[in-house]
Amino acid sequence: MGSYLDRSQSGPFAGDPRMSGRVPGAAGSPPAGFMNRQTSSFTDFLASHSPGLLPGGTVPAEVVQGTPGQAIRDLPHATTIVAAACDGGVVLAGDRRATAGSMIAKRDVEKVFRSDEFSAMGYAGTGSVGIEFVRLFQVELEHYEKMEGRSLSLEGKANRLAFMVRGNLGAAMQGLVVVPLFVGYDEDSGHGRIFSYDVAGGPYEESRFYSIGSGSLFARGALKKLYVDNMPPRDAVLACVQALYDAADDDSATGGPDLTRRIFPVVATVTAEGFRKLPEAEAEQVAQEVVQSRMIRPDGPSAPLLNS
Amino acid sequence: MPFYVSPEQQMRDKADYARKGVARGRSCVVLEYAGGILMVAPNSSSALHKISEIYDRIAFAAVGRYNEYENLRKAGVTYADITGYQFDRHDVTARGIANYYASNLGTIFTESPKPWEVEIVVAEVGTQPDDDQIYRITFDGSVTDEPGFVAFGGQADQVSAALKEHYSEGMSLSEAFAAALSALSAPGNGERTEFVASQLEVAILERARDHRTFRRIRAARLEELMAEARSASDAAEPDSAPEGSPPSSPSAPSAPRDSGPATGPDPSSSDRGTGLGGGSPL
Repeated sequence: MGSYLDRSQSGPFAGDPRMSGRVPGAAGSPPAGFMNRQTSSFTDFLASHSPGLLPGGTVPAEVVQGTPGQAIRDLPHATTIVAAACDGGVVLAGDRRATAGSMIAKRDVEKVFRSDEFSAMGYAGTGSVGIEFVRLFQVELEHYEKMEGRSLSLEGKANRLAFMVRGNLGAAMQGLVVVPLFVGYDEDSGHGRIFSYDVAGGPYEESRFYSIGSGSLFARGALKKLYVDNMPPRDAVLACVQALYDAADDDSATGGPDLTRRIFPVVATVTAEGFRKLPEAEAEQVAQEVVQSRMIRPDGPSAPLLNS
Repeated sequence: MPFYVSPEQQMRDKADYARKGVARGRSCVVLEYAGGILMVAPNSSSALHKISEIYDRIAFAAVGRYNEYENLRKAGVTYADITGYQFDRHDVTARGIANYYASNLGTIFTESPKPWEVEIVVAEVGTQPDDDQIYRITFDGSVTDEPGFVAFGGQADQVSAALKEHYSEGMSLSEAFAAALSALSAPGNGERTEFVASQLEVAILERARDHRTFRRIRAARLEELMAEARSASDAAEPDSAPEGSPPSSPSAPSAPRDSGPATGPDPSSSDRGTGLGGGSPL
């Protein structure tokens, strides 16, 4: 997996005879390429077939050699994502801001995505690479499912994502950092689960809640005080939006609810019913509730000093 | 001692060989109905599929040798996924996949000593009924565009004639299913003329769905559909069994008949979201 960075791109449909398991020109061999595949992984297939299509796989040599240039530092970066396990599922939420250096690059960017029916992912870091990551991971899961006739286990999905993150390590060292946060509903245990990553891969399973991105410290601090084990999904959604508000409060790269433009955090839940992104109106309602309560107490709800 | 075989003779022999292999199995039918495209194949295995999902709005049905068409199916999925990843999901079309299959099967037919004994259909459900497409690709790589319906494999001619008799545009799902069943039960297509649910593989491409439109219909929902189809064909032929008689299938469960919508699988008995039955481990 790790070595595809230095391979030159082959033609999009050329195929690699070494990977197809066939000797070119042998009598009776059907055209190489998509036939007789050894793996059901789309990413592995791309790596052997068209490595140029992999995220981060086409970083020019001069960029790879030196330290990250201003150009890379000024690429739009996505910021804070929070996740919290809840009763019978998991909640994933992200703010809407992308920054380029000290500028706001985009106010309405989306960083929380459905990866398949029972999982979701968000990312923090370089926006363009992150988008490619999400697309590739979505295809990866669907491809496996179609090839094998069954979905990957939740651990299987989390591990696949780890390989993909590690495959981007070379580019990450040069500044094109992307770190995903992966959540899913485990159909075997009936619980929501959270997996975090670093630039070298992972996954690290988180037991209750987690956050990534520039505002993650503030968000995690807020979640720590708001989180209750087995809270209902509705409460977990509220806690996540509160945490995002706190992140936006203290981190310039995280955007809060934009009341004038009506841009609100993207919130998704994954439960036994599958992935569900909160409709715009519902997300707005939650965000409005949070803003209203902050009108009275700008620092948000206070936790008791001692357990009662 | 080397001997000479004329190219004409060689091709004829190959074609005969492949044609016999394809005709050995039982027919499979693909037809349009008002809400999408219905695919029905006699298949007693619930794990080794003849009908599969290729992409969001595209399905694959095949007859012949399993290892050969399974290889084609996987290649088609790869082709579709790589095209959709490289460009956009809208840029994956049944026509593109049919051409991909045609060129591969054509090459195999001419270059390989043993032709592949397969016949496949690639179907795409459009946003409007007029945009539906059904392509049939034979072992030598020839493609035909089949408007409305197609029967292939086994005794395709008889089944096709029977299907033509029962098919009409804009049928409901149960009407289309009844037409498919009576075509598959046509004389000449195997010995059994009465199917039970466990012997059928049924799937649809559902026009109204977003994203992945492919759904398998099985278990309770399939029993229900068979009962609906029977009462529909009973109504058409008044001298047969009285309406409302219990389904003759011995394995019919006591599930309520009206437990699902008339034009699609209900979520409990068909696949939820995954398109491949993620709920039931293989």
